[in-house]
Amino acid sequence: MCRLALKTANEPFSPYTVLTAMEAMKEGYDGSGLGILLRGMEFEDFKYNPKFPILSGIAHSEKSWHRLDDFMENRGYDLKYDHKFAMRRDLIEAKDRYRYFVRAYRMPDRFSNSTQDEKDEELMLTRLALRKDGEKHGDLTVYSFWPDVTVIKEVGWPLQVGDTLCLHDGQIKSRVCMAQGRQNTNYGINLYACHPFFLQGIATMTNGENTAFVPIRDWLLGKAFPGYMGYQSDSEVFAHILHYTLKMLKLPLQAYKHIITPLSPSELSLHPQGEFLMGLRSVCRRLIIDGPNTVIGTLPDETCLLVMDQKKMRPATVGGRPGEWAIASEMCGVDAMIPDRDPSFDFQPMREHTILVPPDRKELTIWSQYDPYPLPQAA
Amino acid sequence: MVSVRPVSVTPSSLTYSDIPWIVEHREDRCTLCGHCTSVCPKNAIYLAHRRQRMPKLDILNKNRSNDYRTFVGIRQRTTMANACIGCAMCAMVCPNEAITPVPNTNEHRSLFFHNQKGEPRKRGGRRNAGGPTLLDRILFDRISMLTDPALDAGRHEFNVTTTLGRVLAPEEFLNRTLNGGWIPPTREIFPFVIGSMSFGALSPNMWLGLLQGVAYCNEVLGIPVVMCTGEGGCPPWVLRSRYLKYLILQIASGYFGWDEIIRAIPEMQCDPAAIEIKYGQGAKPGDGGLLMWFKVSKMIARLRGVPEGVDLPSPPVHQTLYSIEESVMKMMQTLSMAFNHKVPVYPKISASTSSKSVLNNLVRNPYAGGLVIDGIDGGTGAAYNVSMDATGHPIASNVRECYLDLIAQGKQNEIPIFAAGGIGKNGNVAQNGMALIMLGASGVHIGKYVMQAAAGCLGNEKNRCNVCNVGICPKGITSQNPKLYRRLDADLVAERVGDIFMSIQTEMKKIMAPLGRSQSLPIGMSDALGINDKDAAERLQIKYVC
Repeated sequence: MCRLALKTANEPFSPYTVLTAMEAMKEGYDGSGLGILLRGMEFEDFKYNPKFPILSGIAHSEKSWHRLDDFMENRGYDLKYDHKFAMRRDLIEAKDRYRYFVRAYRMPDRFSNSTQDEKDEELMLTRLALRKDGEKHGDLTVYSFWPDVTVIKEVGWPLQVGDTLCLHDGQIKSRVCMAQGRQNTNYGINLYACHPFFLQGIATMTNGENTAFVPIRDWLLGKAFPGYMGYQSDSEVFAHILHYTLKMLKLPLQAYKHIITPLSPSELSLHPQGEFLMGLRSVCRRLIIDGPNTVIGTLPDETCLLVMDQKKMRPATVGGRPGEWAIASEMCGVDAMIPDRDPSFDFQPMREHTILVPPDRKELTIWSQYDPYPLPQAA
Repeated sequence: MVSVRPVSVTPSSLTYSDIPWIVEHREDRCTLCGHCTSVCPKNAIYLAHRRQRMPKLDILNKNRSNDYRTFVGIRQRTTMANACIGCAMCAMVCPNEAITPVPNTNEHRSLFFHNQKGEPRKRGGRRNAGGPTLLDRILFDRISMLTDPALDAGRHEFNVTTTLGRVLAPEEFLNRTLNGGWIPPTREIFPFVIGSMSFGALSPNMWLGLLQGVAYCNEVLGIPVVMCTGEGGCPPWVLRSRYLKYLILQIASGYFGWDEIIRAIPEMQCDPAAIEIKYGQGAKPGDGGLLMWFKVSKMIARLRGVPEGVDLPSPPVHQTLYSIEESVMKMMQTLSMAFNHKVPVYPKISASTSSKSVLNNLVRNPYAGGLVIDGIDGGTGAAYNVSMDATGHPIASNVRECYLDLIAQGKQNEIPIFAAGGIGKNGNVAQNGMALIMLGASGVHIGKYVMQAAAGCLGNEKNRCNVCNVGICPKGITSQNPKLYRRLDADLVAERVGDIFMSIQTEMKKIMAPLGRSQSLPIGMSDALGINDKDAAERLQIKYVC
């Protein structure tokens, strides 16, 4: 089963911290993939302006590298920064890794008067166009194109990948880092199948199998939203459901848990907003997940999120102290990331809980599905 | 010229070996109690005196002669009107196991004589297509073996209900919730619905036994089962009772019983579960309901608002001045309005190649609360044999096609499709139903299975019994004759209904648990299905396994 680790701190830290947590949880995965998502970027050699979208991925050949350059230039993007990893290529198996790229761009001038939604769409469409180009030629992989976010995915063991990219050298840091060590389950080994999954600033990663994958995927594909695609992993739908909840339905974050694991009709009959939530359950019925899963996510404002599936067969732990919090699928993962915390304040959410680490990172927020729902719709 | 007839035979003369069922009688066990002849619904057997030669040989006197003895035996009638139907009631009542019908494996010459007096064969029951159905052959093969162990069907919590009624798109739901728009009514029901069998087609004891069982499932067992009335109305006291909420009221082209229903609306204590508008039936597509005069008793006549003892054939289509599309739309709107827009209204159609167009029509109709598609293997109380045998469309590919069509439009959550026709016809009711659910149905309707399992209907796929249409049901299930239906104890029917649904629920969990599903009914989880038939796999878009 996959292992998950997330750390969020006021002070930017090296992603290597999270990789050591992955190492502590090594029994649980098979080295078939590592994914890292960094949010709240800081580069040693560049004063990064968090407005600039960052494109991250892998150019597998020089040809694709040039194609990428041309494409971005033609689309009007102005390259502001191109991070170059100090590479130790001898440490990984894959040979077709011409360049891991993390590049910050200035958006084309034509978007200066655009709404946020228009800009968000442009960033997504640009990423999807590059991904399509890469799939067509088989030589370019693009993970994210979004301000303040970098995604790295590679086949291999976490420390091996970290050492390959010399992530310990402090060149690249972030305030939030989430990582997954993959246990390949039912689907092929594919770079896009590594978690975290990312769509328009929203990212999630998951352990366990999503047995309701096919009906959920079918429903999301029916929405005909360009970003609802891929699905090399059954867990990608968790990110897309979160995206659908927040961006399409424009519901508050509390709704996510009510959508993926709604309370049962008998529980809802006792809930103060049971009627509304029962309706929500019906209309989003095809998005009900059927774990066992732990879902860990991050949002553009650096909020971090942890929820369980209804069966709660994959308990995760959150721990830390004001200013610094860690979430991991195993307790030893939290120990590795924040060893000097008071573990008696650690929390393992139950089936009804949504755990939030708000952007101020002062204290955890624990929401229960049994709590009153905070929306005008429900009134 | 007058033909010379050395023996008394006519073109329609048959002997007992020409009849589909041959009655075997053992004189050595028979006590001449007469139970068998009195219970036989077809009057197919009678007590007869026969003479037997007893050779007499006196060896010493070298005399040979004969003695004769007279004995009494059961003899089988060979006229079509009295041909044995294999119901085996004789065997059931015989205290000494002296009599039983056995299927005639010879060619049935009787098949050519069903059209006596120019009237083609009519019968009730089933299609008589034996052997495993396609649904029986579907396997649930996606069992988690690697990262996530299967669930425990006995200990985990399972949500196995389904939604009946129109479901809005999430965006529209939120919009209407905020702005006070109409949210179409829905019901959370058990996905196995007792399909439409009318008060009239069924005897009062059967119908009320079912309702009693359904109420027990809901109120004691916590299984939200609903049943459909069929086209025959509903007893007035039920309409005014709190049990109405477990009933789907059907309106069909004969509109039987709707005077009573409309009159009862102001006095209803609760809303019915739903309204089903019957446009077609799988067993006899393109044909209306048929209640033959034998069954139109005083009570049925009163309930349906018709004279006693007349045939009640419903027209094949609803009487309308409009095109059928408009008619569907207007009926749904009207019925929705009649119940204050608080009751889901949906149509039931026969499975056919035109099912998809009906479905697409419904997608654009905001009052459509779902669609029931009834396949060729569905049962009926009365129909022409040719309709039952040869008209219609199997359910599996029809439902799958419709579901895939909804997926392509992103509407699969909005219009629930319910499948009917042959579910559980070989006893595998939960397996058949779950296979259809994973192919895309939101639930299934079961009729014949309930008759067999709850009341011991004697019909089988070998043309056994099948006399539901003429009111002589030997078990009292489909008869309006009090002498017959008193044989059926409504309390025991209700008890069996409880048994059936408890066991279906357990089997559903046993199917869902290995697939790792417990939180919602696995509608459209086609990745869990496999079949050892390449063509069927391709057609249904599931895995071919061998």
